[in-house]
Amino acid sequence: MNNETMIEVESLTKHFGATVALAGVSFSVPRGAILGLLGPNGAGKTTALRILTTLTMPDGGRARVAGFDVVHDAAAVRRNIGVAAQDATLDETLTGRQNLVMVARLSGLSRDRARLRASELLEQFELVEAADRVLKEYSGGMRRRLDVGASLVARPPVLFFDEPTTGLDPTSRARVWEIIRGLVAEGATVLLTTQYLDEADELADRIVVVNHGLVIADGTAAELKTRTGEARLEVALSEAHPEAAAALAPFVLGDVQVSHDGQRLRGRVRSEDGLATTVVRALDRAEVTVDDVIVHQASLDDVFFALTDGRRDADDFSPEMEVARP
Amino acid sequence: MTTTAVAPAAPRIRQPKPPRLRSKLRDVAVMTGRNIVHIRREPLQLSDVTIQPALFTLLFVYILGAGVVLPGGGTYVDFAIAGLLAMNLVTSSMGTAVGLSTDLNTGVIDRFRTTPMWRPAVLVGRSVTDLLTSVVCAAIVTITALAIGWRPDAGIGAVIGGFALFLLFAYALSWGCGCLGLVSKGPESAQGVGLVILFPAAIVSNAFVPTQRMPTVMRVFANWNPISIVTDACRQLWGNPNPSAAIQTWPMQHALVASLLWSAALLAVFAPLAVHLFRRRTTN
Repeated sequence: MNNETMIEVESLTKHFGATVALAGVSFSVPRGAILGLLGPNGAGKTTALRILTTLTMPDGGRARVAGFDVVHDAAAVRRNIGVAAQDATLDETLTGRQNLVMVARLSGLSRDRARLRASELLEQFELVEAADRVLKEYSGGMRRRLDVGASLVARPPVLFFDEPTTGLDPTSRARVWEIIRGLVAEGATVLLTTQYLDEADELADRIVVVNHGLVIADGTAAELKTRTGEARLEVALSEAHPEAAAALAPFVLGDVQVSHDGQRLRGRVRSEDGLATTVVRALDRAEVTVDDVIVHQASLDDVFFALTDGRRDADDFSPEMEVARP
Repeated sequence: MTTTAVAPAAPRIRQPKPPRLRSKLRDVAVMTGRNIVHIRREPLQLSDVTIQPALFTLLFVYILGAGVVLPGGGTYVDFAIAGLLAMNLVTSSMGTAVGLSTDLNTGVIDRFRTTPMWRPAVLVGRSVTDLLTSVVCAAIVTITALAIGWRPDAGIGAVIGGFALFLLFAYALSWGCGCLGLVSKGPESAQGVGLVILFPAAIVSNAFVPTQRMPTVMRVFANWNPISIVTDACRQLWGNPNPSAAIQTWPMQHALVASLLWSAALLAVFAPLAVHLFRRRTTN
């Protein structure tokens, strides 16, 4: 039962006119897991999500949610999913409470249970005060919260969140994370798309990175981080030293960057055990006095930019740094 | 004594079940309720079924009534009310086009589509809402008419029958307008196109003037126009002046049956077409 696959995607393709949104995407999510779907804008995340939630028909491939085919058993899929989409999908002219009651009724709850459930969710998402205000008067953060709340009315076993915390303040964001973790603890399966890598790192058991409609990486956050095998080295000196850059050069892939005052140096290095010790020894041999050595393991951001050809390196050449030419 | 935290049961996978009539009706009621909340929030939306019908009734009766002489006698107000009811109900059925088009241009339809609701409930709920606004519209016209001297010359059953005939026709027509809303880009274009079709159709009929002295093309159109036929049937039922009774075409001679046939035909064509268009519009 624990190994049951709740979301299964096989070679999914979809194009809109000449634009290829999905060029054969496959991944799966076991029961009780959180999958983070990452990728730059236009990578195909939202299209994949729309297909899985029965809103869009795929051109090819197969997708099953809770064991039901999203094309042939769409009605059965809808009984088992909750969706918080990116665009506001609630009724602007209704109050928060009326929206929740409406979605609950359409999900099959009786009138009394719908009202009860709406009140529960309003409390859980700290929207009690705004409950009877029309949605037009809600802030962006309140809408996001209500949208996530609306996806939970029927307590579905599979949940889809399209950028659930975009535009939320840090407190609301932490609150949504807490709620998502709580849902998973109760046995729900979650697929979320996000632009925030820390969110994926924080929440997701597994991360699938898509770009140009293809899966370019699939693994745990830790696996993805070690995948590039690179780290960033930063050294702070007590005073500038002419030999410092040369002493670091053997460890650094590419160029060593030196700050204008000559006291800070950095570069990309291959991740290996005892690197900091080796660096300090090398600098000591060159009679350089070191204040601080930091080896940053690759962050998910580094991995993401490396995988999607983003120009992450650009910020390494900040104005105050220049390339050392020994 | 220690309390042990019991993990809540994992959400179960729900098996599909065929939608039952009860749950379909519930979905229709939910959608209708939502539309009514919209109207309550923005009551000015209702001006075309409240202020406008009252105004039109007064204007048409006093302005046109000053010049129109009915063949066969009778007062203009007694003649005109059935026609005014026809025109106001026909133009108010546009609400379906505008409402549906508005919904389709917001994300809320996507939310509905991810719930297990009965999808045509979006359409049925809209048409039920418009039936309710049609009742309001008919009541306003009737009250205004009674105030300026209109009197039906028939039993209560026939009077109610006349209203029922009109409401049925307006309901059937609202499905046609629904189709228009489903194929148009936005509420404004739905409204524009609808008016261009429906307003002339209401005018080139026996609603405001007898058709006898119209130019030939107009007269033939007016005599076969379903709006004329329903108006004819209603005038017969209400015992109001009805010059169309003298026209020797089958629909005018059998206006009651013909108007029921028209309503049935409109429903039979446009209701399935609307469901089809809705499916197509919301799947890509």
